[in-house]
Amino acid sequence: MSQVPTDRVYNDSHEWLMDNGDGTATVGISEHAQEALGDLVFVEPPKIGDELSAKQACAVVESVKAASDVYSPISGEVVEINEQLSDSPELINGDAYGEGWIFRLKIADPSEIEALLDADAYGEQIADD
Amino acid sequence: MLIHDHSHPGRRAAAQAPLTTPDCADLPTALRRQRRPALPEVSELDTVRHYTRLSQQNFSIDTHFYPLGSCTMKYNPRACNSLASLPGFLARHPAAPETHSQGVMACLFDLQEILKAVTGMHAVSLAPAAGAQGELAGVLMIRAYHDARGDHARREILVPDAAHGTNPASAIMAGFEVREIPTGADGDVDVEALSRALGPQTAGIMLTNPSTVGVFDRNIQIIAERVHAAGGLLYYDGANLNAILGQVRPGDMGFDVIHMNLHKTFSTPHGGGGPGAGPVGVAKHLEPYLPIPLVARASDDTFVWQDEHSHHDSIGRLTAFGGNIGILLRAYIYARLLGGAGMKRVADYATLNANYLLKRLSEAGFQLAYPQRRASHEFILTLKREAKNYGISTMDFAKRLLDYGFHAPTTYFPLLVPECLLIEPTETESKEALDAFVEAMIAIRAEAEQEPETLRTAPHQLPVKRLDDVRAARHLDLAWKPAAER
Amino acid sequence: MPFIPHTSEDTAAMLAAIGAASIEDLFDEIPAELRAGEIAGLPDSMLSPAPEMDVTRLMQARARADGEPVCFIGAGAYEHHIPAAVWQLTTRGEFYSAYTPYQAEASQGTLQVLYEFQSMMTALTGLDVSNASLYDGASALAEAVLMAVRANRKVKDKRVLMPASVHPFYRQTVRSIVRHQGVELIEVPYDRTGGHTTIEALEQAAAGQACAALVIPQPNLFGVLEEVDALTDWAHAHNALAIGLVNPIALALLSPPGDWGDKGADIACGEGQPLGMPLASGGPYLGFLCCTQALVRQLPGRIAGKTQDLDGRPGYTLTLQAREQHIRRSKATSNICTNQGLLVTAATIHLALLGAEGLERVAANCHANTRTLSARLTELPGVEPLFERPVFHEQALRLPRPTPEVLAALAETDILGGFDLGRAYPELDPGLLVCATEVRTAADIDRYHDALQRLL
Repeated sequence: MSQVPTDRVYNDSHEWLMDNGDGTATVGISEHAQEALGDLVFVEPPKIGDELSAKQACAVVESVKAASDVYSPISGEVVEINEQLSDSPELINGDAYGEGWIFRLKIADPSEIEALLDADAYGEQIADD
Repeated sequence: MLIHDHSHPGRRAAAQAPLTTPDCADLPTALRRQRRPALPEVSELDTVRHYTRLSQQNFSIDTHFYPLGSCTMKYNPRACNSLASLPGFLARHPAAPETHSQGVMACLFDLQEILKAVTGMHAVSLAPAAGAQGELAGVLMIRAYHDARGDHARREILVPDAAHGTNPASAIMAGFEVREIPTGADGDVDVEALSRALGPQTAGIMLTNPSTVGVFDRNIQIIAERVHAAGGLLYYDGANLNAILGQVRPGDMGFDVIHMNLHKTFSTPHGGGGPGAGPVGVAKHLEPYLPIPLVARASDDTFVWQDEHSHHDSIGRLTAFGGNIGILLRAYIYARLLGGAGMKRVADYATLNANYLLKRLSEAGFQLAYPQRRASHEFILTLKREAKNYGISTMDFAKRLLDYGFHAPTTYFPLLVPECLLIEPTETESKEALDAFVEAMIAIRAEAEQEPETLRTAPHQLPVKRLDDVRAARHLDLAWKPAAER
Repeated sequence: MPFIPHTSEDTAAMLAAIGAASIEDLFDEIPAELRAGEIAGLPDSMLSPAPEMDVTRLMQARARADGEPVCFIGAGAYEHHIPAAVWQLTTRGEFYSAYTPYQAEASQGTLQVLYEFQSMMTALTGLDVSNASLYDGASALAEAVLMAVRANRKVKDKRVLMPASVHPFYRQTVRSIVRHQGVELIEVPYDRTGGHTTIEALEQAAAGQACAALVIPQPNLFGVLEEVDALTDWAHAHNALAIGLVNPIALALLSPPGDWGDKGADIACGEGQPLGMPLASGGPYLGFLCCTQALVRQLPGRIAGKTQDLDGRPGYTLTLQAREQHIRRSKATSNICTNQGLLVTAATIHLALLGAEGLERVAANCHANTRTLSARLTELPGVEPLFERPVFHEQALRLPRPTPEVLAALAETDILGGFDLGRAYPELDPGLLVCATEVRTAADIDRYHDALQRLL
C-alpha cells in the first residue's frame, strides 16, 4: 500500500491539495490514483485564469487503457499549470506528490479545505477500494 | 516495410491509369496543386506482393478460432460476398431512378420484412451505417417521440454500468444526460435501483439482453413495465441478438426501438473493423421518426424510395445515401441461405457452444464470473486468482493464447468484472475447435505457474513481439512523411 | 445445417457434458411466456434454408433486373475504373474476416494498412494527421463540424457556416447528427452567376457574430471551384476554423486544404468512394477526416500509430484510444466504434496502384470528359450552363424542359442523365447536374447528345 503524505489533504476522487500558505494551493492526483491508471500518456491541464468551483472536472489524465477526470478539490482561479507535463506526463507516475503536480489555484474559500480528507481518512478510503 | 519503402521514382502500375493526361489549362493556376502528393511509386507486382504479405500478418476467422466476446466472429459465407458483388449490384448509382433499381430494392424490401419478423418490431429502417449509428438513430427517435408530445422534460437516458461504451456516447450525441444503473451480483440489472432512478425526467433506458455479462436478464418484463409506467421508452442494443434469434423477440420483451448489428448476427464481414450495418426497428408509435431512406412497395408491386418528401417527421439522413447497401445485400443472402429454420438454429448452437465451453473450462478449474447462471451465447471468466497467484495479468494470458493459434477473447470488458475474459465461440465452431481451446487454456495456466515470464513477454511466435502502446501514445507517429518533411 | 458443423453425436455429447437434456433447456432462464419457438411472419419461401444454387439463381436475376445503363450521374458518387487487384486483395479472408485490431500483434496486416492509408490521406490533403476512416463523406462532415466546435478555443458559440453549395444530402446528414448538440448551422447562399460562395455572402450570413467554423467545399455540389484561399483566410480572420470538404480525385490537380490561404485549412474531410469503391447503390464507402497536429486529440474515430515491440522492431497499434467511446464512454469525442476497415484496405491498394501520376491522369481525364460532355450538350437548343465559373468534373445545366421528364425519357433508352437539381434547389429548376468520369467514352457522350437531341 502506498504511503499517504500527511502534509496535505485529499479529495475522495483521489486528488491531493497542498496549501502553500500564500493564498494559493497546489493540486495533483494521489499515488493510489496513478497506480490505478497505469503509465500516463497525456495530461490535459486546466487553463490559467479558469474559475473553478469545488468538485468541478477541470483536467484529464490519460493512460493507454483509461482516461480520468481530475476534479478541483476546492474553488478558485487557476494561476499556474505544470508545463512539464505536456512533454512528460510520466512525471505523475514517478512522483505524484512532487514533480507530478498538475495546477495551482488561488484559494477562494479556505473553509472548503477543512472539508477535505486528512491523510488518515484518505488512507482508510483507499484501503477499502 | 511500408509500401512507401518499396517506392522508386518513375516506377508505376502503368496499366491502371488512362494512357494520356489531357490538358487542364482552363483550371485557374491559383487553385492548382503546386507539387504532387507523396504517394508510393510502385509496380503492380510490388503492390500485390506487399498487400498479400500484409494480409498474412492478420488473424482472421478464415484462419483462426476468434472467440472475441460481444463481437460474434462467426464464419462469413463466401456466397454472401460473391453474390452481393454481381456486376448489376456494384454498378448501380445511388441516385439511379427507381425504374433502374428494382432488383436491389426488392432485396432491401425483403430484408426489412425478415428483420421485422425476427425481432417482432413493427417497422424497420436499414439506413444506419453501423451499430453505433443505429444506437444514435434509436435515441434520436426516442427524443423525437417525447418532443412531439411536448414532453420536453425527459432528458435522461438510463444505461446499465456494464453497457457498451457506445450506449452512453450515443445518448450524449442525441443531447441526453446519462445516468448509470448498477448491475446486481447475479448479473441482472438491479431492479430496485432502476425503480429509484425512474421519474418524469426519464426519456428511456438502453439495454442489451442477453446483457454484456453474458446472461439473459430474467426481470426484463418487470423492467419494461416500470420504465413504461414512468413514461420512458425501452431501447434494445442488438449486439447480442445472435443469442436469441428465433427464441425470443425484442418486440415481445417490450422494447420500443432496437438496432441490429448485421456484421454480427447476419454474418457480414468484419473487414478489419467495418463496414458494419445497423438497421433499426421500431414499435408503431415510433414509425414516423425512422431514418430515411426506406423502401416501400407500391400498389402496382413496384418498389419505391421514401425520403424527406414523404416522411416529414423522420430524424433524417445519417449518411449521404442509403447506408451500407452492399452489406445489407450480404445479410439478405445470408438470411435466405439459412431460412427461418436456420436462423433459429443460429441461437440454438451458439448457446450450446457457449455452455459447453463454459462447462469444460469450469471443470478445468477456471473461475466463472457468474457461476450460478446459464451462459447465453457468451460468458465471462475471471483470472483474478491466476493474476494473484502467478503475478500475471489477463492481458499476458491473452497474448499467450495468440502463440497457441487462438485469437484472444475480449479482455477487460465489461469493466465491472476484474481480470476478465469475455468468450463467445459462435455456432460455426466445431466441438473439436472448442476442445482445442480448452487444452490451450489449461496449458497456458500451467505455464503461468511454472514460467510466468513466458506469459509476460508473450507473444513469441507472431510477426512482432509485445508492442509498446505507451510509446505509441507518448510519441505520436501517425503517418509516414517524405524525408524533406520529417 | 448451413454453417453449423455439429453432427448429432457432437450435440448429444456436448449436452451430456453440460448436463442438459436438450438445447431448448439451455434457454430456461428466459421467461416461458416470452419464448417464440420459431420465427413467425416470414413468407413460406423463406422458412427453410435455400441451397446456394437457388439463392444464386435469385440474386443473378435481381442483379440483371435493371439492365446496364450508361451513367452520367455524379453528385457524390462517381464511377471510376477500379484495378482488378484492388478487390482481389481486399477480399482475401485475412483482411475480409478479421475484426478491429484489438490484439495488435495478431493484426499487423490491418494496422499497417491503416497507417499507410493515414499516410496517403495526409499526403493528399496536405494536413498532418488522418484518422482511419468514418462511415462516409456526409457523416465525416458531421464529425468535422462537431470536432471544430469542440476545438475552437476562441469562439464558444457553436455557430457553423454551411454553404448552400454543399451537397443537400450532406447538409441533411449533418443536421440529423448535430442538431441536439447545440450546434447552429447557418446557411450561406451561393452566387447565382458563379455558383460559388462569395465573401459578401459570408459576411451577410455571419451578420457580425462569431462563428466556430466555416465549411468550404472543393469542388462544390455544382462541380464549381470555390475561391478556397480567400474563404480560408476569411475564416481565420474571424477566428473560425476552416473545414475543407474535398474530392480525393480532384486533389490530384487542385490545391490541397493544407495549402489553402495563408495558414491552410484546419480540417479536411470527404468521401473516399472514388478511391476504389464501386458505386454499389451508395455504400459501403468511407469517410476520411484529416486535421492539423494541434487538433489531433479532438479527432474522432480509430487511429493507428507506429511503435516498437520488445525487441525494438517497428510495429503498429491503435493509439489515442482514450478519446474513444469504449474508454471515455459519455465523454468520448464520438460514439463511433468501427471504421470502414475493408474500404480503407481497398482505398490504400487503389492509391498504391495509381500513385500520384496515375491519380492525376484520372483527374485530368474526368475534367476533360466533362468539358466535352458539357460542350456537346450545350450545342442543343435551350441547354446552357447554369454557372460561369470553372468546374472540376461536373457541370450544372439549365434545360428547356422539366428535368424529371427528360431524365425519365433518357432512362428509357438506358441513359442515366444526371442529378435533378430542382428537387433540392427549386430556384434552379429545370436544372441538371451531369458528370463524365474517365470511364465515359466519346461514343457514350455522343449517345447522350443524340438521345437528348431527340427529346428537345
